Amino acid sequence: MKNNNQHKSSLFDKHILLNALIDSIRKLNPKTQLKNPVMFVVFIGAIFTSFLFVKDIFEGHFSGFNFQITLWLWFTVLFANFAEAIAEGRGKAQAESLRKLKTNTFARLFENGKETQILSSQLKLHDIVICEANDMIPADGEVIEGIATVDESAITGESAPVIRESGGDRSAVTGGTKVLSDKIIIRITSEQGNTFLDRMIALVEGAKRKKTPNEIALTILLSGLTIIFLLAVVTLYPFALYAKNASGDNINLSIPILISLLVCLIPTTIGGLLSAIGISGMDRLISHNVIAKSGRAVEAAGDIDVLLLDKTGTITLGNRMATDFFPSEGNTENHLAETSQLASLSDDTPEGRSIVVLAKEKFNIRGRDLSHFQINHIPFTAQTRMSGIDISVDQKLVNSIRKGAADSIKHYVISLGNTFPADLENLVTQISMEGSTPLVVAENGKAIGVIKLKDIVKGGIKERFDQLRKIGIKTIMITGDNPLTAGAIAAEAGVDDFIAEAKPEDKLRKIREEQSLGKLVAMIGDGTNDAPALAQADVGVAMNTGTQAAREAGNMVDLDSNPTKLIEIVEIGKQLLMTRGALTTFSIANDIAKYFAIIPAIFAGLYTFGAVSGPLSKLNIMYLHSPESAVLSSIIFNALIIIALIPLALKGVKFKPLSASAILARNLVIYGVGGVIAPFVGIKLIDIIINFLHLV
Amino acid sequence: MKTFDVIQIVLFFGALIVLTPILGKYMAKVFSGDFSDQLSKSYWNPIRYFRLFEKIIYKICGIKPNELMNWKSYTISLLVFNFIGFLFLFFLQLIQKWLPANPQHLGNVEVALSFNTAASFVTNTNWQSYAGETTLSYLVQMLGLTVQNFLSAATGITVILALIRGLKNKTTNDLGNFWADLTRSIIYVLIPLSIILAVMLVSQGVVQTFDNYTTVNTLEGAKQTIAVGPAASQIAIKMLGTNGGGFFNANSAHPFENPTPFTNFLEMFALLIIPMALTYTFGKMIGSVKQGWTIFIAMFILCIVGFAIMLYSEYSNNPVLQHAGIMEGKETRFGIMNSVLFANITTDVSCGAVNCMHSSLTPMSGMIATINMMLGEIVFGGVGAGMYGMLIFVILTVFIAGLMVGRTPEYLGKKIEAKEVKMAIVAVLAPNFVILAFTAIAVMIPAGLSSILNTGPHGFTEILYAFTSAAANNGSAFAGLNANTNFYNIMLGIGMIIGRFAIIIPVMAIAGSLSAKKIVPQSSGTFKTDSGLFIGLLIAVILIVGALTHFPALSLGSIIEHFLMLSGKTF
Repeated sequence: MKNNNQHKSSLFDKHILLNALIDSIRKLNPKTQLKNPVMFVVFIGAIFTSFLFVKDIFEGHFSGFNFQITLWLWFTVLFANFAEAIAEGRGKAQAESLRKLKTNTFARLFENGKETQILSSQLKLHDIVICEANDMIPADGEVIEGIATVDESAITGESAPVIRESGGDRSAVTGGTKVLSDKIIIRITSEQGNTFLDRMIALVEGAKRKKTPNEIALTILLSGLTIIFLLAVVTLYPFALYAKNASGDNINLSIPILISLLVCLIPTTIGGLLSAIGISGMDRLISHNVIAKSGRAVEAAGDIDVLLLDKTGTITLGNRMATDFFPSEGNTENHLAETSQLASLSDDTPEGRSIVVLAKEKFNIRGRDLSHFQINHIPFTAQTRMSGIDISVDQKLVNSIRKGAADSIKHYVISLGNTFPADLENLVTQISMEGSTPLVVAENGKAIGVIKLKDIVKGGIKERFDQLRKIGIKTIMITGDNPLTAGAIAAEAGVDDFIAEAKPEDKLRKIREEQSLGKLVAMIGDGTNDAPALAQADVGVAMNTGTQAAREAGNMVDLDSNPTKLIEIVEIGKQLLMTRGALTTFSIANDIAKYFAIIPAIFAGLYTFGAVSGPLSKLNIMYLHSPESAVLSSIIFNALIIIALIPLALKGVKFKPLSASAILARNLVIYGVGGVIAPFVGIKLIDIIINFLHLV
Repeated sequence: MKTFDVIQIVLFFGALIVLTPILGKYMAKVFSGDFSDQLSKSYWNPIRYFRLFEKIIYKICGIKPNELMNWKSYTISLLVFNFIGFLFLFFLQLIQKWLPANPQHLGNVEVALSFNTAASFVTNTNWQSYAGETTLSYLVQMLGLTVQNFLSAATGITVILALIRGLKNKTTNDLGNFWADLTRSIIYVLIPLSIILAVMLVSQGVVQTFDNYTTVNTLEGAKQTIAVGPAASQIAIKMLGTNGGGFFNANSAHPFENPTPFTNFLEMFALLIIPMALTYTFGKMIGSVKQGWTIFIAMFILCIVGFAIMLYSEYSNNPVLQHAGIMEGKETRFGIMNSVLFANITTDVSCGAVNCMHSSLTPMSGMIATINMMLGEIVFGGVGAGMYGMLIFVILTVFIAGLMVGRTPEYLGKKIEAKEVKMAIVAVLAPNFVILAFTAIAVMIPAGLSSILNTGPHGFTEILYAFTSAAANNGSAFAGLNANTNFYNIMLGIGMIIGRFAIIIPVMAIAGSLSAKKIVPQSSGTFKTDSGLFIGLLIAVILIVGALTHFPALSLGSIIEHFLMLSGKTF
């Protein structure tokens, strides 16, 4: 990840905090509250106690205790609002900076051979526009003519300019980016209000945020628990009345206390943080420069069973590198290296450069002064499938070197009346078997040896795949190489499976095959021919450098166009789900302590038979000071824990690549056992402070 | 506790554990319709005759066992069948006076009581507001109650079978044939086991006769009427089908219903065996015996811990009487351990037969009995019902904790989504609603309060226990409460119906929804549901969601009574 990333903002930016504070008040709108059933119950409770408090004042009583209860109930609602607002705020800040790009620019509309200037907002679908150096690209489109370097840093945060050209897989341009050099002609591919930028703004802002399937299911569960506890608390009133009559003791069965009990029992912690967790999941993706088109895709990322990865660029470095020289009988390795280097001096492909470098490293052979020779470079052509060099002195050819694929050199050698040595033939086969590419070198029509070109597997990728295997994810490598080469690289990289000689439709077929087994598949792609597979995959990540078709088909876009990103996306998806589970567990585990605080507080005065306190005071195992302070401590703890857990909700539970059982055991200890213990400690501490301050 | 008691406990649970896989395997075979067993060709193999019987029934009733049903038609068949059973039993009681097999010339039963009894036996609750020997004719007991004892137990089995198929199916809607499942559970499981048990009970002195009640002169010279009747046959299925409705009012404390320590052992054994074996059947049928044992162990732990607390409480020194091991309300031929064990398992297993008076248990052990039922009868639970009730908690556990491994929740490869969660919540909410809301109504109105015998927290527990027993379809009574009033008959009757069908319908909906889903293959990233960790989690969720809801109510009943007892006060 890059450091110059503009999308990254610190967890608590001053500006965001301030806006979030305002928003948490704004969110008190009952319509907004109704979206979150758990917090809505707290909201109604707060209104109810406020009403009772005001009524009391009109009747001439003032209850400091009821006032504090009311206050903390409102705080509980506000804290939950704040959590959501702060998560949204981070997105909004990003949206703000993106929106600045949308300032109305002029577009050079090209129509009927004439160029006119119009406002970019007036552009229609399929309009043709011209962009030259320093022009802002007015809207999303496809380059239909020309090539240009484009600064896309405003969107990707990547300062290095990228190349955009007509045809091929790098034709898509995005509105709001800037042409740095040359001239391109663009066909507009999106309508105003629905451009990539517009959608990105909507996404990061969370404006169109819909609850994801798992979030809906969790909301149902939390609502169900809320109803159960509502039932338990509402019926407690008649139960307590019975006990009051039966024992003849007079206890204070106030409505605010019962509401406090209810609010403490219902899962407010997770209820208050649930939407913040969802928003920040999307947000974390954005900070990795990935835009998810829906929250559903982020959730699906956590469930991924199979990763489909392209070999080139993902598993291996883009290019093959020379690693060895193998001379044929009668030639020395040194000579072969020298000859190969000569042949490659003018070859500026990465392979060619790697030969020069290898010769230099192995035999300390440097480029020589060739000024007194006449040099004729023979470039690679599709017909000859060879490249090389002809060196002449005084118009007389002294040395002619060719390098190329084994069969083409063989053909070349034989055509000149020479034989292709048998030992060389063996070498070629052997290198192919190892999964490398043999490059045969011929000098003056005689084959003198082979250069071994090898695919270099990216450093650390094997460990990455090991981690994925641990968390139960299967990796499949896709390559156009022959099965032999593919197999060797697959083994070296440690992928679980590979598809060799893959055609684009093979990807689609493989995805369908895995999906029919019930598995969820993720893939990354950029080309137009990847589009069907991207659409079929459960998580389809399109590279931003890719075609418009690919970007439409995927449900995520990677702005960095980094194929390894898929692994991080899966981790973020898992983290999102883990955070939800952890906080739900924590929230439910909290209830035990709250019972032990409030039940004795309400009922200690029953069946006293004249004693100071009744039998249920024995349940006050925390030795809370008084019934009032017990209730107040619980409700304060309940409110504060929401604030305390906001950072966790935003950052997510720490992800470690372990097996499901190990992850579960770890999270259970922290959030389950911790969830049982924390409130005992917290409530006791608050009780001590309350009594120190004489609040009740 | 004596050494003999310990030996008996070990022997009891040991025998059950040994028999669980044997019966479980047999049931899995029968319910899968797998009769490939070579043995079935032998003339000595009873299965051969069961099959014949099964085929005859299909022929008579026009059942096509291979006609598969989706969840809706399966559920509708089940509901219609049970409703007809309810109407039949209801009207049978209303006109028993004019029907045969009524040697005592008992009159017609009142409408409210008939409703209660019909609801009670159809829902496998077998709450008895009536006293059998003075209210119901032999005909009603046999044709009405005993038949329902079989049918309600079989109904429970059909539901768990549908749910198992839902879990095992891959994207289909076929959950099996309700009529075939019902027939098979009766013919292959319930009838054979009942016959064996009935014969064993008769051998020990349980009565089985159509004779009149006899009148004898006692040693004091008084005249005493001794009630008899066709008891053994009803008692066998009462225990095996986790029904619990006694032939006599005193239930399994009655010397003709449970005469010896051996019959007591047998009855306790019969009460647990089918629910226990069904955990194995579940594992076998879904293709992982380990999953079945996991659930078995979770249930077993809850059972044993409850039993241990009860024993501890019963054997502790009672400060009121300055004595440990109070025999009040217990039969001398069973003693304390056997009474407590019976009380624990009968409430665990939604049976509701009793061999001691639960009202006389210590507050703590009375509370455990109440909690056993409040959990929703999932500690082995009713025949079939315990298993599907437990699976509801499994779904909740998987949903809450499953997220923590970083995947959306799944159980046995089936994704648990909004629909399943919604239905699971309905199934948990329904009985809790009955327990809490109905008890609240009862303690607010004179019709509810006038029935209680004791004051204070004990009186409260009597009401709470009654509605808990109804909602959980247990049927045991705490005693003390006069339940044969219009108010209680109707409220408890409604409670039993909600507690039964407001769980069955959502469970069937879950079965339907799961059946249509794909099965996600297991990987090392999958949340394991057959580990020790999962057992712990499941128990924690059951206790927090199932029991903690009732903590406030319990604290005003048994808990406060316990503390008061420690300070020497009783009610």
